[in-house]
This record gives sequence, C-alpha cells and structure tokens, in this order.
Amino acid sequence: MAMPLPNDGLLLVVKRDCPTCQLIAPVARDLAQRGLLAGLFSQDDPDFPEGLQVIDDRELEASFALDVEIVPSLIRRQGGHDAGRAIGWHRGEWQNLSGIDGLGADLPEERPGCGSLSVAPGMAEELLVRFGETGIRARDVEVHFPEDPVEQMFDRGWTDGLPVVPPTPARVLRMLAGTSRAPGDIVGAIPPGFETCTVEKAAINAVMAGCRPDYLPVVLAALDAALDPDFAWSGLLSTTMGAGVAVLVNGPIAKRIGMNAGLNALGHGNRANSTIARALQLIAINVGGAAPGGVDRSTLGHPGKRGMAFAEDESDPAWQPLAVARGLQPGTSAVTVFGFCGTSINNDEKARDAEGLTGSIATCLNATYHPRFAGGGIGAMLVLSGEYWRIYRGSGWDRARIETALHEATRRAPDKVEQGYVGVHEGGDETGLVAKFAPGDLLVVRAGSSAGLFSTIIQGWGSGPRGSQPVTREVIP
Amino acid sequence: MTEATILLDPTSERSGAIRARRAPPPSLDGLTVGLLDISKGRGDVFLDRLQSLFAERGIDVERFAKPTFAKKAPDEVSAAIAERCDVVVEALAD
Repeated sequence: MAMPLPNDGLLLVVKRDCPTCQLIAPVARDLAQRGLLAGLFSQDDPDFPEGLQVIDDRELEASFALDVEIVPSLIRRQGGHDAGRAIGWHRGEWQNLSGIDGLGADLPEERPGCGSLSVAPGMAEELLVRFGETGIRARDVEVHFPEDPVEQMFDRGWTDGLPVVPPTPARVLRMLAGTSRAPGDIVGAIPPGFETCTVEKAAINAVMAGCRPDYLPVVLAALDAALDPDFAWSGLLSTTMGAGVAVLVNGPIAKRIGMNAGLNALGHGNRANSTIARALQLIAINVGGAAPGGVDRSTLGHPGKRGMAFAEDESDPAWQPLAVARGLQPGTSAVTVFGFCGTSINNDEKARDAEGLTGSIATCLNATYHPRFAGGGIGAMLVLSGEYWRIYRGSGWDRARIETALHEATRRAPDKVEQGYVGVHEGGDETGLVAKFAPGDLLVVRAGSSAGLFSTIIQGWGSGPRGSQPVTREVIP
Repeated sequence: MTEATILLDPTSERSGAIRARRAPPPSLDGLTVGLLDISKGRGDVFLDRLQSLFAERGIDVERFAKPTFAKKAPDEVSAAIAERCDVVVEALAD
C-alpha cells in the first residue's frame, strides 16, 4: 500500500458526490480540530472536505483495504484491527465511536450514506486484482500500449476467426463468480490434445467468447456433457466431415439467462445463444489444440462450427421438453449436446394435417447424408417450429406419436437404400424395411417463432455407439 | 496510458514435445509387424493386401482393430501393439 493505514484512531472515508458526506463535512472538521482523526480519505476529490488534510483515495486502495461499502464510514481502529464502525450518519453511533457528546448538533439525527466507489458494479474485481490476492493460476500475458489486445489475440491464435473479448483478470474473476465451483476444479481432459482444463481455464475462454457470468454454469454443463466418451468429441473435432457442437438448453435456466427459443432461435442476435457453444469451441481450440489445419481436418466445415446454442420452446405444456424425454425431471435445467454438420430447412406451406406433414418431413429427413444411406449410424435433430407444432397439436399428436410416425415414415425398402451404412440394422426389421435412424438417433425439439411453415433439420455426425451420441446433463448452479 | 493490459492465458500452457522420428529398421527380418484397422471403410482391404505381401516375405504379422475411427484407440489395443509388435502400419483413411 502506498501509505500504510493508521493502526489506531478514527478513520473517516467520504466522497464529494454524496449528500450525506457533504452534510457531515462540519463534523469531520470538528473531529480533525480536536485531533481525533487519524486519517481522512476522499474517494473522488482530494480537496474535499475543504480545508482539511485529506488522503487522496481515488485509487480506492484504502477503501478496499478497509472493506468500505458505504460512505461516509467512520471506523475505529485499534491495534491494526476494526474496533467499531458507523455507516452513514448516525449521531449516537458517531458519538460512541468518537467519545464526543453533542457531535453535529445542527444535523438531523441520522441520514443514510451512499454507495462506496469501491463497490460500484465491476469495481470489486478490479480492486482485488490491483490490491488483493486473486488466486488466479493462469499465466499473465502483458500487452503494452499501443499494442491492441484484440490484435494480439489473433496473432497468438487464440480466436475462432472472430474477435474475442480480452480475458483480463477482473473479467475472469467476474466470470468465476457465476459458478459455485472452485476455480481449480478440473473439468476434464479436452480433446484432441486431451489437455487438462480447470474451471478457471473454462472461465477465461467463456470471457473470450462473450459470455456473461450467469452463462458459466451452462457452459460447464455443456463441457461436462461433451467430455462424456459417448459424445466422441475428439472425433467431432478432427473429422473431415466438419462437425460442430450444438447445445440445446432446457428448463428454467434458459429464461433466467435470457436465451432465445423463439424467432431466429438458431440465428444471431441473442448473446447467450451466440456465445455459450462458442465458449466450448474456444476451449477446444485453446486448451485442446483443435486448430483447423492441425488436428481439425474439416473438408468444408460449416458456419455452426463456431458453436450453436438455443433454448427449447417449453411454453406449451402439451409438449414434452427433450431433457424430460431423456429422463430428467420436469423443471430441471439441463443441456443436451449434439454433434452436427449443418442445418437444412424443410418447407411445406401446403401441409394441413399431421399425416401429410410427417410424410413431408420424412422426405427431407431421408436426405440426411445421402438419400440412399440408412440402417443406423445417422443422426438428426428436427426442430419443429410453431406452425408445424400447431398442426400436430391440432391432430392430437404428442412427442411420442410424432417420433414414432417419423421413424415409420423414414423406413425404406431394402432396394432403395445402401444397407448397413455403418453396420447397424442390416437386412431390415420385421417389416422387411430398413430404418433410416436407429432408436435414439432422431431427436425432435421445439423452437422458432409462431409464423412460418418451416422446420429445420440439424444434420448429425456419425451417430450411435460407434460415433457421437447426444449427451444430456443437468446444469449445476 | 502506458499501463500494460494483462490477459490471462487461455491455453493449456503446455507445448507439445517434438520427438525425433524413430529410424526405420534396416530390415523386417525377425520383426513382427502390427496392422491396425481403425474401422474406416475399406481399410481392411488395404490391410489384407499388406498382410499377404508380408506373408510372401515370411514376415510375422499381427492384426489389431479400433472399434471405431470416431474415438481414440482403447488403451488395451495400444498396449497390445506395443507389447507384441516392432513396427505398425495404420490404415488411416477410407
């Protein structure tokens, strides 16, 4: 500390931009004239209160060290410790601390104080970085003026090709406040390099992705899901097929952090939708070493490889959310990760009933990878928009009925398909037909606006036990 | 204005060790060759042909397979290759 705090005596912390501090300025003068003030600190103006010996605390070092939350704060120090404190103006308390009767006789009995600048939003972490112990273990990288931190991060290969938010210590501390998990907790080994990732490293990359701290539990849950061996993230990160990670969010967390399940849910514009899965991809790049041209061998890639997250529309109680269908209790906040190779749209503006709509969707689903590929190993997530769901709901269909109907409608005669694409369900089932999707490989979810007879097919990567299987995890705050 | 901006390193902070490539053996006489099929389409065709060519030359061959190309080899497969083979051929692509 530039100036050590007095170990004994009365300390007073004020700021000019506080009516209560202005009100008690004569009291400060009285205490100073009596020689009772061992230190008078001003947070915003070293000339306030006028005519007194004021310690300039515009750096807020003393306010931080004294843990001041409200000004004025009158603090009795004894042997280097806090022996009593009055917050705001309260004549009785100030008299007790100072031992002076009739203090501020012209003033009202009490007045609440104002917020200390040391606890202004975002300031606590800045002060901890400057004057405290952060506990951060990551290496510091110094960027000296006039170098631009954003350009530095491009030069260091830390980005996905778009600018990232500089992960300053204060931002990372704010991000870490978004989870109850300890910064040093190990999240897992990140492919393709299988490098150890801590909660702190995940938080650094979440800052860079543009996440808010309250998104971090969703990022960590998605990371945990992606690290499940069933998800085969290493395969997704290295495949020539060009796969990315889609993150579907269910339950109350989606609304709490403002995720979009409606209009343009799969598109841009919403911060949580745009940054949560991006954080995963940045973790893969920076911690796991998944650089395009390195281990990432995508022939073409696709725009969603930067990461796509969206919330499921759970506004209609008649619709069973995906996380519930996959075994979680209703009302549970959860993520489901799904490896995907792009999206395509199904457009049927003439659809009027559930049967016709099912046939229409099935025709498009059958084109996944290739119209002749069937027999398992193929994954897709069908996103039903509002109008499609309205048609199904009007026909009295629920999730189970839709899924069953789509499975039936996507079966093909053996001579129409290339059987056993990856060796599953060869030869057709008891009906003599070959299923396009193995059980569990076609997910159906709800999102999008209420207008437009469209739905989206999110095309999966190789699915099933030999490929990438969707994984669902509860979000832990 | 001249104060440095501190960025926290987002990487694993480890750099991969670069190991020199092992010199190929001067001869395969007396050595065992492992053939690793990663389960990519037609990888077995390539390895079958190699196996017959090695056999014509009297070279011992052991076959191994990953259950799926989508995931890294199970530890027991890697360990078996290390224990039983001197060199290995991996059929990587379709």
